[in-house]
Amino acid sequence: MAAIVELPIQNYEGLVDPDWCPGCGDFGVLKALKMGAAKAGVAPKDLVVVSGIGCSSNLPGFITSYGVHSLHGRSVPVATGVRLANTDLKVVITGGDGDGYGIGIGHFIHAMRRNLDLTYIVMDNQIYGLTTGQASPTTDIGQVTKSTPHGNVESPINPLALAIVSGATYVARAYSGEPQQMADVIAGAIQHKGFALIDAFSPCVTYNKVNTYAFFKKRVYKLEDEKGYNPGDSETALERAHEWGDRIPIGLVYKIDKPTYESTDPVLRKGPLTKANMRLDEKVFQSLVEELV
Amino acid sequence: MPMNDLTIGIGGAAGDGIDKSSETLAKSAARSGLYAYSFNSYQSVIRGGHIWLRLRIGQDKVYSQGDHLNALIALNQDSIERHAPEVESGGAILFNADKLKLNIPIRDHVLTVPLPIAQLLKPLGPVPPIMQNTVALGAMMFLAGLEFESIAGVLTDTFSHKSQAIIDQNVGAAKAGYEFAKESAVPLGYQWKFSHKRRPYITGNQAFSMGAVAGGCRFYSAYPMTPASGILTWMAEHAEQCGVVVKQMEDELAVANVAIGAGYAGVRSMCATSGGGFALMTEAIGLAGMMEAPVVFVEVQRGGPSTGLPTKTEQADLNQVYGASQGDFPRIIIAPRDPKDCFDSAVEAFNLAEKYQCPVILISDLQLSEHPETIEPEDLTSNVPIDRGELVTEWNEAKQGRFKRYKLTKSGISPRTLPGTADTLYVAPSDEHDEEGVLISDVFCNQALRRKVAERRMKKLDLALRDLPAPRIEGPANADVTLIGWGSTAGVIREALAQLNASGIKANQLHFKYMLPFHAAEATALLKDCKRTIGVEMNSTGQFTRLLRAETGHKVSDHILKYDGEPFEPAQIAEQVRMILSGQPRSLDVTENEAREIAYHYVRVHLNEEVRPGKISKAAANGRGEAVWQVEVVHREGGAREGQLLIGVETGSTYAWQPA
Repeated sequence: MAAIVELPIQNYEGLVDPDWCPGCGDFGVLKALKMGAAKAGVAPKDLVVVSGIGCSSNLPGFITSYGVHSLHGRSVPVATGVRLANTDLKVVITGGDGDGYGIGIGHFIHAMRRNLDLTYIVMDNQIYGLTTGQASPTTDIGQVTKSTPHGNVESPINPLALAIVSGATYVARAYSGEPQQMADVIAGAIQHKGFALIDAFSPCVTYNKVNTYAFFKKRVYKLEDEKGYNPGDSETALERAHEWGDRIPIGLVYKIDKPTYESTDPVLRKGPLTKANMRLDEKVFQSLVEELV
Repeated sequence: MPMNDLTIGIGGAAGDGIDKSSETLAKSAARSGLYAYSFNSYQSVIRGGHIWLRLRIGQDKVYSQGDHLNALIALNQDSIERHAPEVESGGAILFNADKLKLNIPIRDHVLTVPLPIAQLLKPLGPVPPIMQNTVALGAMMFLAGLEFESIAGVLTDTFSHKSQAIIDQNVGAAKAGYEFAKESAVPLGYQWKFSHKRRPYITGNQAFSMGAVAGGCRFYSAYPMTPASGILTWMAEHAEQCGVVVKQMEDELAVANVAIGAGYAGVRSMCATSGGGFALMTEAIGLAGMMEAPVVFVEVQRGGPSTGLPTKTEQADLNQVYGASQGDFPRIIIAPRDPKDCFDSAVEAFNLAEKYQCPVILISDLQLSEHPETIEPEDLTSNVPIDRGELVTEWNEAKQGRFKRYKLTKSGISPRTLPGTADTLYVAPSDEHDEEGVLISDVFCNQALRRKVAERRMKKLDLALRDLPAPRIEGPANADVTLIGWGSTAGVIREALAQLNASGIKANQLHFKYMLPFHAAEATALLKDCKRTIGVEMNSTGQFTRLLRAETGHKVSDHILKYDGEPFEPAQIAEQVRMILSGQPRSLDVTENEAREIAYHYVRVHLNEEVRPGKISKAAANGRGEAVWQVEVVHREGGAREGQLLIGVETGSTYAWQPA
């Protein structure tokens, strides 16, 4: 593997300033993504940021790279297509909890079991922000939102546990209030060969008055500070994934090495499809015709 | 009936190997230089049910399964009962005499060939029961005057991956059938001239697939759905050989979006589905239009609505394809007419998709996609045009300024670039955006920019229309009647015209391939000279003729519509044209044959396998408020009367089961 050459973070400076609410957790994620990509040494021209729809899905517009700002819930398949088409590219998916764990959860699970080399950063604010405050798949039980005026009655999804059992090979949690740790986790995810999920707490300062910076500040602790924690052990990783309440772990929860989808596909092993010859070999074509005779 | 046009019916249950048997016979004829066309009427069951395949072999090109039955290979009793009476004089009925018997009256001068299968197969040692088919094929080859060497060659090649013993068994079984027929019967009298031009025998789905890979398609995504699955099967089987990444996804939402991602990143990508899957792809079609990502979608129609008729054919998704996704955006819709056209259209679709940076939809149907027919070997070539359109591969920002992916241009086409290219970075958005891809969706309120951007996108269709060949009249000029159709019905309409012209009715056809953009001016000019027009479509509302009216103002004089799941036969169209011209309104009453099918359904659901419909007669209302078909139900063994069913002539309702 070639040595990683860190790039200046200014290279990723976007054309447009974010229009998120002042104080939005997504600012921290944006900054951490730039830092992570710079640290991983991915040039903007080789980086494709794919998002869905939602406040956080506006992110590709605020960073300099290639990108697709796709449909609500469909960022994962679009990113899958980009990655399969050109394995020279680094593909990062960004979006929110509604986009990824709600409308897009089917794609999320299937992408993980494929173990494609993708990095998925979910800006998890446990609320629908762009539509002004309805319950999301990660909203806690009892929380009052516009769509749950008497309190949410549905159990929230546990994204980390789901990722571990679905076949993701790099599972982390980050928090906007800890941008440096988040940048390290993102850089690690980009460098990791396989599907990486980063569930990033990104508080919504406008519509979620429960899961605030103060809420997280009191509760989060860093896994890298835990002596002897082994992210390669799925049992202990699942235990940490389920930890919620007074203490909430952030950092790298789980990481294993497994063959990626790309490395097992016989066609992709020959190199990126975008570089393949578009002309079919005449001998191959004639053998296809011969099957019909 | 000319003695160089032969239709063989093969009937049995699912799992009987009907399709494979037909393929062997068709390829054998095709290797001798004859033409073939077959259509398989099957059911959505893996084992059992009633499968009815017709294979037509001709000295000249045959354009449909036709409307005759000259020979029957019956693989179960049910097929004898249903189809033996349909075999025309001069024909033959072949069946396994060990298991089946001819228990039903047949027409005069029809040869019966009861095959002593066990006896014929005995010298070959223990063989699987399916080998009865091969014996029948061998016998059929003799009766039809076809060359044994052809079928021996096809069987040898088919089993070339197996052992020599298996090959010998198959050729031996065919030979046993051939020799038996030679000893016990005389040939039916077909006269062929064998050119020995080896013609490929290909389905629409195979042709789409081969056109795609020849045209540079290197990414294919799908979710299994009849009748589009044939493309997935072909692509998966040939993926490595052709360098295609084939991805089965979790649903059609993913299928469409993964194809868009690949198309955006620079690979020619395609996906296929049927109507229900296409409904799920709908939102993504608009995304491709907005991002201006080149993707080819194939929509293989089956009977709708909803799950509808999964294994039956229809042309009722035109409205869906035409209206898929919200908002105005350019899309190109192509309806090929036959397998050769499927090949050409797939090649064309990729060029159009990249040139005009928009979704291109190939609309097919079960009949076109799944029926095989012979085409000329020179129709399949790897030497096809590949035009990637305006693709920027190098850019120098310092010298050329900032690259604008969605530049407002006079032509409407904004030069495209691929991720990985230096100095041309951009985000492809689903929101409305400016020249650089920056969102203007929430800008208050950039009306001017939105207007110019929308105009630019739609302009591409005007340009694309110039690339597409205009429709033309086929058949005699100055006809008394012009049949108007689209897509897969071209061949059967052509054969209906031949029947009409032979019987003194001067008829021609105007057939459409490009649904969008539409040749409105050219069509209007052609229609002005048509004396009388009849729309011929496989749907119940005339979806295409409504589009034609919207585009040209022309209202067809009459309609011939079919929506019963089975494809048109040429004589059905010709007969309806005659009735329309003689001023007789089309009757929607249940016919005698249809009453028999309704009775079969009742028998299957409510009675048992030991009985079948027998004699059918019409009776007056008898208190039912309509005339009824009285269908006798008889015992299969001996034909004893078991009772009677009453079926409404007008409503089709099954009124009563009256046991004897």
